[in-house]
Amino acid sequence: MKMSFKRTNSDLARLDGKKFGLDQIMTILCFLILTTVVILPVVMIIYNTFWDGSKIDFEMFVRVIFREENLSALKNTVVIAFFATLLATAVGTFFAWLLGRSDIPMKGFMKWLFSIPFMIPPFLAAMAWDMMFSGRGGYVNRFLMNIFNLRNAPFNINTVAGIIVIEVIYYFPFVYMQVVSALERMDPTLEESARIAGAKQWYVIRKITLPLTIPAISSGMLLVLITSLSNYGIPAMLGYSKNIFTLPTKIVDLVNRAGGDFQGIREATALSVVLVIVVSIALFVQRKVLKTGRYDIIKGKSMRPTLIKLRGAKYPLLVLSLVFLTIVVLAPLVIILLVSLLRAYGLPFSLENFTLNNYVKILVDNKAVTDSIRNSIFLGFGAGFICLFLGVMLSYVIYKVKPKGSGVLEMLAVLPYSLPGTVMAIGCILAWSGAVFGITLYNTIWIILVAYIARYLTYTLKSCSASLQQVHLSLEEASRACGATHMESLADITIPLIKPAMVSSFFLVFLPSMRELTTSILLYGPNSRTLGVAIQQLRSNGYMTQAAALSVVAIIIIMVLNAIVKSITKDRKGV
Amino acid sequence: MAKVKFDRVTVKYGDHTVIKDYSLEVQAGEILGIVGPSGCGKTTVVRSLGGFLNPDEGEIYIDDELVYSKKRRVNRSPEQRRLGIVFQDYAVWPHLSVWDNVAYPLKKRRAAKDEIAKKVKHALEQVRMTGYEKHMPAQLSGGQQQRVAIARALTSSNDLVIMDEPITNLDAKLREGMLEEIRAMQRRLKTTIIYITHDQEAALQLCDRVIIMQQDGQICQIGTDEEIIEHPANRFVFSFIGVSNFIPVTEDQGRYYLWKKDPALCYASQAPQGYLAGKKNVMGIRPMDIVFDDASPIKAVITQDVFLGSLFNYFVRLNDVELRVQRSTLDSLDGREYHEGDTVGLRFLNEKYYDEEEAV
Repeated sequence: MKMSFKRTNSDLARLDGKKFGLDQIMTILCFLILTTVVILPVVMIIYNTFWDGSKIDFEMFVRVIFREENLSALKNTVVIAFFATLLATAVGTFFAWLLGRSDIPMKGFMKWLFSIPFMIPPFLAAMAWDMMFSGRGGYVNRFLMNIFNLRNAPFNINTVAGIIVIEVIYYFPFVYMQVVSALERMDPTLEESARIAGAKQWYVIRKITLPLTIPAISSGMLLVLITSLSNYGIPAMLGYSKNIFTLPTKIVDLVNRAGGDFQGIREATALSVVLVIVVSIALFVQRKVLKTGRYDIIKGKSMRPTLIKLRGAKYPLLVLSLVFLTIVVLAPLVIILLVSLLRAYGLPFSLENFTLNNYVKILVDNKAVTDSIRNSIFLGFGAGFICLFLGVMLSYVIYKVKPKGSGVLEMLAVLPYSLPGTVMAIGCILAWSGAVFGITLYNTIWIILVAYIARYLTYTLKSCSASLQQVHLSLEEASRACGATHMESLADITIPLIKPAMVSSFFLVFLPSMRELTTSILLYGPNSRTLGVAIQQLRSNGYMTQAAALSVVAIIIIMVLNAIVKSITKDRKGV
Repeated sequence: MAKVKFDRVTVKYGDHTVIKDYSLEVQAGEILGIVGPSGCGKTTVVRSLGGFLNPDEGEIYIDDELVYSKKRRVNRSPEQRRLGIVFQDYAVWPHLSVWDNVAYPLKKRRAAKDEIAKKVKHALEQVRMTGYEKHMPAQLSGGQQQRVAIARALTSSNDLVIMDEPITNLDAKLREGMLEEIRAMQRRLKTTIIYITHDQEAALQLCDRVIIMQQDGQICQIGTDEEIIEHPANRFVFSFIGVSNFIPVTEDQGRYYLWKKDPALCYASQAPQGYLAGKKNVMGIRPMDIVFDDASPIKAVITQDVFLGSLFNYFVRLNDVELRVQRSTLDSLDGREYHEGDTVGLRFLNEKYYDEEEAV
């Protein structure tokens, strides 16, 4: 049997660990990319906070923290996050139990309602609620004042409490999603044996079901907590006009007011450090509190849990849930749609006031708006594809090549997940304004792309690595033994096997990029507005009806794309 | 047909040495079984041969051609070693049809289209999977996927196929049939097969020669099935290849006792064959080799009797120790029946003696 020796030289070099094989090249690339995209912005923030150009400077940091308006922003952030998390967890867990475990009718419809908030960007939802309940101007407030002859507006959404309520409404589906899947996969014999042992229904729920779902509840809670602490859209839409600031909105405000002045940006950096510290404390506390009590209650195979009969409470609960969900989910959509059709904001909703003019104005006459749509689509595709490529490569390196330091790689890649978008944006400004190799991306669309990549890389990494871990090593080895080179076995076996995960992870990045506001509000330049920025600017310039019209366009684009993703991923599963 | 040679191969994982100075020659055209308990390094041997693992020392040859030597800086990549591997978990690619799975090695080796078609057809005939070409792996049973894996190994190499616990995941009946088929197929094709398993019975049934490895990665014995069954090299091999009783034996003034110097436990008055003079002896004996004989002075009480169809399985109590005895159903045609509570005489046949100090 004849064999060629042509690869021997490189192979024996690999024995000494010197060879730059495919695996090694990918490993080095991963380290390089993560360093530039993730570490650099973080380092720049810390560097600029404590280095004033000539010496180490803690004084500025201390001064910024203890300024009264910043302290109040810090307080607002914590208060809002705390109550929003608490309430969202309660509401989300309740609905999860109702839909996962009780015999309430119309589950399919309610589950469908739950999927809608995920598609609407938080700042749009906040804008819609603002249109309904902001002081005397809100449509619902005015309606109530007319009916009941009230002198003052019954609700005022532009308060800390208002922000909390809207965050709860927007975030409780996060908890619901986590908990319902745990409940549906929970081994039903655990509850059945308690019933058999003589426990009453309510006792079983309290003592068995609830404690067993704690891991799921806590991961939902964590998600809400981090999202709320870092959220920019909701407090910006609801609090800005009444000077209610949270850390993220305060940071954006500082940067905007600085107008390019470096000292102002440094103050924003200092606040960013505070925000990161708050998020880290939250993460730490959450981990400490929930360390106890991890159970392996969820079996891999799906089982049909026994449904609990609600008996007399069934229809009252149904009505309550339907009313609540419909208001929460559909009201913002309806109000945005209605406003988008008005000739002028403030006019009553009657047929003679309706027009399609707003759509014509934004889609035909306004170049800034059409550019913003184009930019967002470009950013969605760009970030989607790049994150997909990086995510596949990273997960391959971390889980299959397993080089020294793969733990560091993984940590770096998931770091942006807990890093608020505002902070990431500040880091990008500092890193890409000529500080490194004189590269200046500021005011171009590329800086937004880099920020999106840093923020959303975690999504593709998680999705791809979950799928890759299910591809057993022997599948690849089998193809090597069959005569395929490393590259060929990747192309023929590994990549095709994780393709479904790749498709869905692309959209996991594409969709949030399309509707992003938090980072782009800080990074946009004259020619690089995104959809979110365009809506925000129309609104703050007083073109409420046009802002609503653009929102409708954005929601339609997102929903259509979402439907496409769903049909694609469904097809894949069928094979 | 291909030969394989391992020359003093050592593999370490960190501080843990899995196999040390492992030497082994596989003859062309034989089925060689590598048998040992889980974790003894069988799979390490295969992975070194396949090129998925770089040993720390030693050389590996396939057909007199050096494929790996750290010292001489040779390391052929897996695709250059031209072998077929059947993995324990089948490793049939779920996204490719049966035909594409089996044709893959030929495509990678740039075979002509009509040659591919011919060889795939032939390989599928060998594993009796003709007619399943268009099926996806998910539509096949475990046994069928196993056949596809074997067919793929055959198209990958006519000369050398490694099977790593290929039938462990199949049910008992299917295992039996699969073993016979592998055997028959190998007789037709004369492929060299290295068969890895922890199932000593399957290995003895299938293989021309068997290598028994012990927990620390050492080879205890290499031999044909008969050699291994008749002459286990040590106590480990004896106990590994079948159910066994071990009884310490002692000698006093030319008389041989079980356990202790007690007239009721004296079973021989001259040195039994294989007795190790001057050592502490342990007698190893198979259940089939203990026979009931009323004439024997060693008396035991039956504590349990179970009829297993082709044989009777007994537990007898002797000196407060339970021994396992088996009696072929044919032997009980003499009309004697033994039941729980009966006292019986025991005679020992073909017993083996091992040094008690020897590590197990």
